[in-house]
Amino acid sequence: MQNRFLLDFERPIASLYKKIDELKKLGKSGALDLESETAALEKRIESLRREIFSSLTPIQVVSVSRHQQRPTTLDYIGQIFEDFVELHGDRYFGDDRALVGGFAKLDGRPVMVLGQQKGNSTKENIFRNFGMAHPEGYRKALRLMKLAEKFNNPIICLIDTPGAYPGIGAEERGQAEAIARNLREMALLKVPMVCVITGEGGSGGALGIGMGNRVLMFEYSIYSVISPEGCAAILFKDASRAAEAAQNFKLTAKDLFELKVIDGIIKEPLGGAHNDLKTAADNLKEALILQLDELKSLSLEAVVKDRYKKFRNFGEFIE
Amino acid sequence: MTISEWFNKKKSPAYSAERLDIPGNLWVKCFKCKETLFNKDLEANLKVCPKCGYHFKLSSKERIATLLDGSSFSPYDPEMRSKDFLGFFDTKQYAKRLLEHEEKSGLAEAVVTGEGTLGGKHVCLAVMDFGFMGGSMGSVVGEKITRAAERALKLRLPLIIVSTSGGARMQEGIMSLMQMAKTSSALAMLGQNNIPFISILADPTTGGVSASFAMLGDINIGEPAALVGFAGPRVIEQTVRQKLPPGFQRSEYLLEHGMVDMVVERKDLRPVLIKCLDWLGY
Repeated sequence: MQNRFLLDFERPIASLYKKIDELKKLGKSGALDLESETAALEKRIESLRREIFSSLTPIQVVSVSRHQQRPTTLDYIGQIFEDFVELHGDRYFGDDRALVGGFAKLDGRPVMVLGQQKGNSTKENIFRNFGMAHPEGYRKALRLMKLAEKFNNPIICLIDTPGAYPGIGAEERGQAEAIARNLREMALLKVPMVCVITGEGGSGGALGIGMGNRVLMFEYSIYSVISPEGCAAILFKDASRAAEAAQNFKLTAKDLFELKVIDGIIKEPLGGAHNDLKTAADNLKEALILQLDELKSLSLEAVVKDRYKKFRNFGEFIE
Repeated sequence: MTISEWFNKKKSPAYSAERLDIPGNLWVKCFKCKETLFNKDLEANLKVCPKCGYHFKLSSKERIATLLDGSSFSPYDPEMRSKDFLGFFDTKQYAKRLLEHEEKSGLAEAVVTGEGTLGGKHVCLAVMDFGFMGGSMGSVVGEKITRAAERALKLRLPLIIVSTSGGARMQEGIMSLMQMAKTSSALAMLGQNNIPFISILADPTTGGVSASFAMLGDINIGEPAALVGFAGPRVIEQTVRQKLPPGFQRSEYLLEHGMVDMVVERKDLRPVLIKCLDWLGY
């Protein structure tokens, strides 16, 4: 069943779906066989989708990455990993439901998997704080990473967040310190770490669990220093110019691969991951296994060096 | 003026630097207590209002002069400059903006790094400058801070960074975000080798700078009333839709919440640093 939550630019598809629904209704009432017509319509939907998705603008990619039905971290964990045991709490203050993680097995191998968790409904999103972690989320993440290091198992981070939460409690408990500490400590982790941006890679909130030896992005995910709306509000003094900001920013997987900020792009099913969770998850699993296999041969010291080198070299300047 | 014009009229700020700078720069009005101060007196007092103790922002040059011994400072990488590699255009081209800021501030970038002595003790120092694009961190700031940390490691000298920055430089997109990872990694190496890092947080230190190197000091020192936080107060207010507590995100507030070791007045900063360096064995 194709996903029917359509985005603005998918509107041409909506009318075709409507036709299918009408045909189905007719088919039910009469004895007409409308299967062939339905199939034809579905084929047209597919080709139309292909056409639309072959030339998405950056701001359209932004809306796919934020799609309400976009698979979440727990969706992927359920599809890809075996024996997931969720672990809770940062041991200082509380448990952040916007950031989940725990033991799991990937293709039989023990790994630590963690990531920001969004919801697929308003209720879920409120429960998960829209995937915006507080300091306790980042501290939990670090605790789990250290746990993985202690028992010499690789770490997988699935990133999907609008950003770290900007709130009073978050500031009081040191949001900046929590992220900064994660950056410093991730640099020293002696186990391989693979990060995948599955949806939104929102600034420091994303980077706070994003210093992998390898960083991958889903085809229609985004990664940026500020949201296009935020950028437009600050730099253009006009939040409605987000499309322009998105264009300027180079925040799509393709752009970031060209800038060599990420190491690879994971293909998504037609119309985006939410149209076919299984295919998206299979692609993710394949990519993760491939990356972990590549990193397996590195010694503990080499893993740290590999990561340091990767992040040390970022920057464009004139001397 | 028509009614609609009246509605559209921008509220003029209660005070602005332009309006308070009396021609000739002889006199300055304190932003906080509004006292009219003789500029020379203010400078002699390390740019702290003698009446209310308000700490005016210091340029990197002024900061270095107040911290280090005499003319002991020698800069690292003074010619490193930013590049408009994204061809970023907002209200003007980033390349043009860079040139304008260089002309205006007389600086090549938003951070000055180098080494010098402090009470006779050799240190590596990085001082940010809010006057260059709000002290924002792009590739150059990230690279210069990282190199300063690497030199501190190589020379086994303590590293002191004075931060004042609105955060990451949006005109460099994702690359500015990556500078957070780069600088923090360099500090990780410093820490592993037991080289101390002292972070001084001046007004304001927010965003990508506070969420990377600025909060990672072995010792974090706030300047009085400096705004230090992850998100800016306006963003928070819009998100939580409630009034922020008094003194929110100011140094003293951070001290209360355990995020800085101390809040030190500008006149005491040098002696405090010397005592710390002494304890650390330098």
